Amino acid sequence: MSHAVLRPNWAARIAVAVLSVVALVLAVALAVTVGEMTIPLGTALKALGNGLFDLGFPTSAIQQGVIFHYRLSRALMAALCGGALAISGAILQALLRNPLAEPYILGVSAGASTGAVCVMILGLGGTTLGLSGGAFVGSVAALALVALLAAGAGGTSDRVILAGVAGSQLFTAATSAIVTTMASAEQARGVMFWLLGNFGGVRWPDLWVATPVALIGFIICMSHAKALDAFAFGTDAARSLGVAVGRVRFVLFATTALLTATMVAIVGSIGFVGLVIPHAARFLVGPGHARLLPACLVIGAVFMILTDILSRVLVPQQILPIGIVTALFGAPAFAAILYGAKRPA
Amino acid sequence: MTLATHDVRWSAGGHLIVDGITLSVEPNRMLGLIGPNGSGKSSLLRLLCRMRKVASGVVTLDARDIGDLSRRDLARRLAFVEQQATTDVHLSVCDVVRLGRTPHRAAFASWTREDEEAIDHALERVGLTDRHDQPWHTLSGGERQRVHIARALAQEPRELILDEPTNHLDIQHQLSTLALIRRLGLTCIVALHDLNLASLFCDRICVLSAGKLVAAGMPEAVLTPDLIRRVFGVEVRIHDGAGGRRHIEYIIDGDQGETP
Ligand SMILES: Nc1ncnc2c1ncn2[C@@H]1O[C@H](COP(=O)(O)OP(=O)(O)OP(=O)(O)O)[C@@H](O)[C@H]1O
Ligand SMILES: [Mg+2]
Repeated sequence: MSHAVLRPNWAARIAVAVLSVVALVLAVALAVTVGEMTIPLGTALKALGNGLFDLGFPTSAIQQGVIFHYRLSRALMAALCGGALAISGAILQALLRNPLAEPYILGVSAGASTGAVCVMILGLGGTTLGLSGGAFVGSVAALALVALLAAGAGGTSDRVILAGVAGSQLFTAATSAIVTTMASAEQARGVMFWLLGNFGGVRWPDLWVATPVALIGFIICMSHAKALDAFAFGTDAARSLGVAVGRVRFVLFATTALLTATMVAIVGSIGFVGLVIPHAARFLVGPGHARLLPACLVIGAVFMILTDILSRVLVPQQILPIGIVTALFGAPAFAAILYGAKRPA
Repeated sequence: MTLATHDVRWSAGGHLIVDGITLSVEPNRMLGLIGPNGSGKSSLLRLLCRMRKVASGVVTLDARDIGDLSRRDLARRLAFVEQQATTDVHLSVCDVVRLGRTPHRAAFASWTREDEEAIDHALERVGLTDRHDQPWHTLSGGERQRVHIARALAQEPRELILDEPTNHLDIQHQLSTLALIRRLGLTCIVALHDLNLASLFCDRICVLSAGKLVAAGMPEAVLTPDLIRRVFGVEVRIHDGAGGRRHIEYIIDGDQGETP
C-alpha cells in the first residue's frame, strides 16, 4: 500500500502537468479576450498568430495592438510574477521555519519603494535608470543591509526575520519621508498606485528580463527541493541529513531575493500572493517541495492572471491596483481553504 | 577505532563546555555516555557528527578528520538522533522516515525501490509499520522518538549516535529500543541517564562531568559506588543480578542505615 504512493506514477504526473498547462492557457485566453474592449476568442487567436508568427490574418490594428502588445504581455507577466512570488514565499517559509514568512520579509519591497521614489520624486539616476532600475537598485540595497544585519546577529531564523523587519521599517520610513516632504499630491498618488502593484505598464521587453530570471530561479529552487524538505526539523537536523546548510541557505536566499526584486521592480510590490499561495498549495499537494514548488508556480500564475482580469473589469473605466484585488479576493478564498482543511484536534 | 575524538574542546557563551575529551568506539560496539545534566553529553555528540565545529582537537572517522568529508558523505556513514526534535510542518510518519534517504538521493532523482525498502524496513524495525500514514503531530512522545530512530535507520548508517533515545519511552520500549539498537550491530554512541540500562546494554561506558571525561571502561569497572557518589552525588549499592549483569540500587537518605 505504501508503494503505490512512493513509486513515480507517470500517468498521474502527466495528467497533472497537462491539467496545469490547460489551466494556464485558459487563464491567458480569458485575460486576452476580457476587458473594456471584449474581443472574440477567434479574433484573439488570429491576433496572436500575427504577433507571434507573422501570419498576416486580417485584424484591425487596434485589436492587434490591444491583444498582442497590451493584454498578452500583461497576462504573461502576471503569470511569471504570481509564480515567482509564490515560490519565493514557499522557500522562505521552509528556510525560516515560519509560516508567516513571505517574499518581502527580507526588505526587498521596502527597498524597491525607496528606490522607485528616489527616481520618481528626487529624479535620481535621470532617464538612464528608470523606475524599474531604481526599484531594483533599492531592493538590492535593502537586501544587503538586511543580510549584513542578520549575519551580524548570528544568522538564526528569528534573527533573519527581525533584521528583515528592521530593514523594512527603515526603508519604508525613508520612502514616507521623501513622499511627505517632497512630493506633490499628484506624485504621492502615483507612488501609492505603484506600491500596490500594477501590470498596466508591462511591455514585451519586461518579459525578456523576467522570463529568464523566473525560469532560472525556478530551476535552482527545484534542485534544492530535497534539501528544503530536510529543514523540517531545523537546521541541525538538516545538517545531520547531509545538507550543506550554509551554502543552501545562501543560494536560496539570494535566488528568492533576486526573483522578488525583479518582479517588484517591474510591477511594484504585490502583497498576499507570496504569503498565501504556498499555504493553499500545501493543502493541495502536501509539504514535499518537489511537488509544492511546481504547484506554487502554477497556482500563483493562474491566481495572478485571474486577479489581474478582475482588477481591470471590477470598476468600469478604472483599473484597481492589483494588490488590492489579491487581498480582497485572496483573503476570503484562503479563509475558506483554512476552514475546510481544519484538522481534527 | 571507527569514530574517535582526540582532545576536543568546544566552548559557548564564554564557557568551556567540552573540555579536552579523547574517546573512541570500537567497530560494532555500543558506547554509553553518562553524566549529570549539563555535563556536556549532547554538546559532545554534536561535535561527533559535525553539527558544531570543534574549537580544538579533531574528530576522526576511520582515522580521517570528519572536517574533510562532505556533509553528504558523512550523513551516509553516520546518523544522529537528537534529544528532542520537532516540527510544525504537517508530515506523516512515512514523510519523516523518508527524510533519512536525503543523503542517498541526487537532486532530481525520484524514489527508487532501494529507498522504499530502506523506509519500510526501518519502520518495521521500530514496530511502527501500521502507523505509516499517521500525522506526526498526533504521535505520542515515545512514538516520535521511535520514528526518529527509524529515520536514522533509513539513512543506512554504519555509525549511529543517539542522544537519550529512551526519553519518553515506557519501560518495555526502553528495553526493546536499546535491544534493537544493540542488535543492529552498528557502531553506536548513546547518551543515557539510566545507569542500569547503561550497564545492561553498553559494551563500554564513558562518564562525563563538567565537560571532562572522568572515567571510561567496562560497565563493571566504571560504575562503582565511589564514582557514582563523586559524579552524581548519590549513594548506591550494587548487587549481582541475573546473567552476570549487575543491578544498581539507589539509596535514599532515610534508609541508609538499613541492612539488606
Ligand atoms: N550554545 C550554548 N551557549 C551557551 N551554553 C551552552 C550552549 N550549548 C550548551 N551550553 C551549556 O553547556 C552545558 C552542557 O550542555 P549539554 O546540552 O551538552 O548537556 P547534557 O550533558 O546533554 O545535559 P542533559 O543531560 O540535560 O541533556 C550546559 O550547561 C548548557 O547550558
Ligand atoms: Mg543532553
